[in-house]
Amino acid sequence: MLDDFFTRAIIGGIGVALVTGPIGCFIIWRRMAYFGDTLSHAALLGVALGLLMNINLTFSVFVVSVVVSLALMAMQKRASLSADALLGLLAHSSLAIGLVVLAFMTWIRFDLMGLLFGDILAISKLDIAVIYGGGVLVLAMLAWIWKPLFAVTVSAELAGAEGVKGTQANIIFMLLLAVLVAISMKITGVLLITALLIIPAATARRFATGPEQMAVVAAICGVAAIVAGLYGSLEFDTPSGPSIIVAALLLFVLSLSPLVKFIPNTSRSNP
Amino acid sequence: MKSQLENLVSLEACGVNRAGRWLVRGITFGVKAGEVVTLIGPNGSGKSTSAKVALGIIKPDEGQVVRRHDLRVGYVPQKLSVDWTLPLSVERFMRLTGAVSGTDISSALAQTGVGQLMNAQIRNLSGGELQRVMLARAIARKPNLLVLDEPVQGVDYTGEAALYDLIKRVRDETGCGILMVSHDLHVVMAATDHVICLNGHMCCHGTPRAVATSDEYRRLFGERASSSLAIYEHNHDHTHLPDGRVAHADGSITDHCHPGDGHHRDHDHTHQAEAAKHAG
Repeated sequence: MLDDFFTRAIIGGIGVALVTGPIGCFIIWRRMAYFGDTLSHAALLGVALGLLMNINLTFSVFVVSVVVSLALMAMQKRASLSADALLGLLAHSSLAIGLVVLAFMTWIRFDLMGLLFGDILAISKLDIAVIYGGGVLVLAMLAWIWKPLFAVTVSAELAGAEGVKGTQANIIFMLLLAVLVAISMKITGVLLITALLIIPAATARRFATGPEQMAVVAAICGVAAIVAGLYGSLEFDTPSGPSIIVAALLLFVLSLSPLVKFIPNTSRSNP
Repeated sequence: MKSQLENLVSLEACGVNRAGRWLVRGITFGVKAGEVVTLIGPNGSGKSTSAKVALGIIKPDEGQVVRRHDLRVGYVPQKLSVDWTLPLSVERFMRLTGAVSGTDISSALAQTGVGQLMNAQIRNLSGGELQRVMLARAIARKPNLLVLDEPVQGVDYTGEAALYDLIKRVRDETGCGILMVSHDLHVVMAATDHVICLNGHMCCHGTPRAVATSDEYRRLFGERASSSLAIYEHNHDHTHLPDGRVAHADGSITDHCHPGDGHHRDHDHTHQAEAAKHAG
């Protein structure tokens, strides 16, 4: 079954979507969308350095993501620039450095479009193993830190005052995000990872009354976007990564439509 | 000096410096079990900062904080902004930082007058409702230290008095210590044992009456604040003399802060030093 490239794409994509759903919920609750964007831009630098040093790309992307998030935390402490300016600075300079480094390596052939927008149809059995291995790890860790992370997300001050170990949860969450960027890069490319984090979570928002419920619904929305996007790209011969994002967006727009009112358990009004 | 062992939390000459500016400095106080301590002061005087130092959310740049190891804190922060996208019911919010039994949740919500909001979403609450829910959450944790940062903001006038009564009752029933932050001495007066008046440093402190009639308080809040306070005070058991002095229940007559208050001496120069720094 795994010998078919399309099946591999669907299975790999679903693996990524199952993880981006719950993680994406935290990203939007914490208003960290731009942070996710910065990490994914930095992923290109990770690819470049991985090629340069001839090491595993998933690993090098993970390392660079961690370094960038640590740099960001350090810079925020002595902030002379606002957080969004710092993020922009880090995002685009690491993307630019990555592209420059890649250009120097004339001896390596690579598919820049694939790096930027993803090449889901080219994923191997090993890639699937990495996605599911990493994905299970990320979800398990997320479940482990869920309570403190959620408390810190609602109010860092409340959590800090009442003895919740928030700093620890924050650092682990950042590491999980770095892992996620590394394993999902091949599916969506560095420019579209944030979309898969944010759009399913934003869609799920309308159907959830509790945080866990929203995480599950976000994962389901992500899976639906992967399946619909891939079949769409097959049908209309469009690039797969962007097609997935377009499918996710269509789901989001659908969730805004008045039809949603007829689905029970929506929670826009005060009970 | 109060023994640090007795205190649930005590600050010793604490200061917080941000970008070369001291937000607060020389803050020394303690909260004992069963005691209500209120920090008052104008905007930006460092009330919330001092409370956060006591809570351990902010590490002081100088001085020392000692918290009892078995401290169980219930905190009502000055503001809570829950993102619109976060689905969070009141019930779930009540259990945010630890397990709380269902009966405790419903009784705490009922006590603060929002029992009907158990299943409501936090982001749909009005300011006053959210305030009541936050207070209920802090109480339901059965804390031995309650820290309340402007606990009745946005609550209507009659509700205010009821909530202060409740806070006092919680103290009486559970014997917890309470650290309160308020910009309005009026309303906290009846529920407070000890008032600390802040303006970047400790202006004066003592019983509510002593602080309300002190020169420092008057300077900080203006003549009107203290005179309207005097009118309010007339309903109570002690008397204000026509010249502004106060006759206490024990028969003593004072001008302002407690006469036996040693802190007053040394803080007079702090005052000038601060003023010189501000002018420069």
